[in-house]
Amino acid sequence: MEQPITAQADESALVAAFEARIAAGESIEPKDWMPERYRKQLVRMMSQHAHSEVVGMLPEGNWITRAPSLRRKMSLIAKVQDEAGHGLYIYCGTETLGVDRHELLEQLLDGRAKYSSIFNYPTLSWADMGVIGWLVDGAAIVNQTILAKTSYGPYARAMVRICKEENFHKRQGYEICATLANGTPAQRAMLQEAVDRIWWPALMMFGPSDTDSPNSAELLKWRVKRKTNDELRQRFVNLTVPQAIAIGLTLPDPDLRFDESTGNWEFGEIDWTEFFQVIKGEGPCNRERLAARNQAHADGAWVREAAAAHAAKQQRSSTQAA
Amino acid sequence: MSTTDTTPRYEGQLPADGLTVTGATQWPLWEVFTQAGKGAPHEHAGSVHATDAEHAMQNARDVYARRGEAVSLWVVPATAIVASAPGDAGPFFDPGNDKAYRHPQFYKVPRGVRVF
Repeated sequence: MEQPITAQADESALVAAFEARIAAGESIEPKDWMPERYRKQLVRMMSQHAHSEVVGMLPEGNWITRAPSLRRKMSLIAKVQDEAGHGLYIYCGTETLGVDRHELLEQLLDGRAKYSSIFNYPTLSWADMGVIGWLVDGAAIVNQTILAKTSYGPYARAMVRICKEENFHKRQGYEICATLANGTPAQRAMLQEAVDRIWWPALMMFGPSDTDSPNSAELLKWRVKRKTNDELRQRFVNLTVPQAIAIGLTLPDPDLRFDESTGNWEFGEIDWTEFFQVIKGEGPCNRERLAARNQAHADGAWVREAAAAHAAKQQRSSTQAA
Repeated sequence: MSTTDTTPRYEGQLPADGLTVTGATQWPLWEVFTQAGKGAPHEHAGSVHATDAEHAMQNARDVYARRGEAVSLWVVPATAIVASAPGDAGPFFDPGNDKAYRHPQFYKVPRGVRVF
């Protein structure tokens, strides 16, 4: 009888000390005591983030062979390689919470894990490479700039590294858009069509509205998140609308208008039915992305086996030499 | 190894059975340290999985030095790192915390002397 009460008292004292550290702006490191719930939320959030980087290679990889010039092709390859690197930074951070990257990858491959809904949309034209860099990476930067101040040290450090690299992604995307915007009528039409398709899914990247986001309150309390989904979405819209205007694009929202009193660009209602459908696996490309990821993993099996065989052989010859 | 092992650990540090090298499961973990420029200290950048030291070095270059971030790399098996425990941090570092006389501010300098 006495034992559980003591344990409970210990736990609440630990939680209080933990929350006091968070309130004081301290960062939490892997071996520090943390509530199990904090650990679980971080594993969920960080692994979804890492998976998004990895799956995010697929829609863009689709256009590497058809890039219109060598310059564009080099940039796109470098960008896709960066996404792989970003996935690795975040998996590495997630592993500090006592999970195994191998386990996380299995969850991705067998469809248990979630990743950003944006990557379940197809990339139908070259203009999508510009618009994805500009809007999708732009939205990611807004999100990740704030995450760089998250309370969990390894996650924050991974974000700092990622943010530095994402700026190249956004600029190469916007350069493609600006070039097409200055091009032939057909090129301008291709660009506008891509913007019309990608604008709303890009706004959905920030997740459900605050009134409908079950995890937000807890994540904000523990400073895993520092701003709400809606705050970040608004910040993104405010940054992006002037960039669209600058290159003569129309955003597909009749309700979009500048509010003098708040300084915000007010935007129309997001189609949340579509968002939740894509999250549930019913987006245009969910199955295709998962199949492509599984295929790539299976195709890479011989590389993993060869590397292991090489290491074993090296080890044998070094023990023989000794 | 499974997700049921929730032992928190330092960046990268794996349990003892994490060193099995097979094609199907996880490769050992290596901590990566990068030196940003000549004369700068090596700083922890993150970790990579790799079969051996050479492989770890190549992976570390591809993951942590794609833009000239490093002029030198160290890779260290994560299991070789010994770290102080956060719970003991107070008492462990105590001997260094109560010796104000180890700081220059402890010493008074006559008014008007600017050398210090």
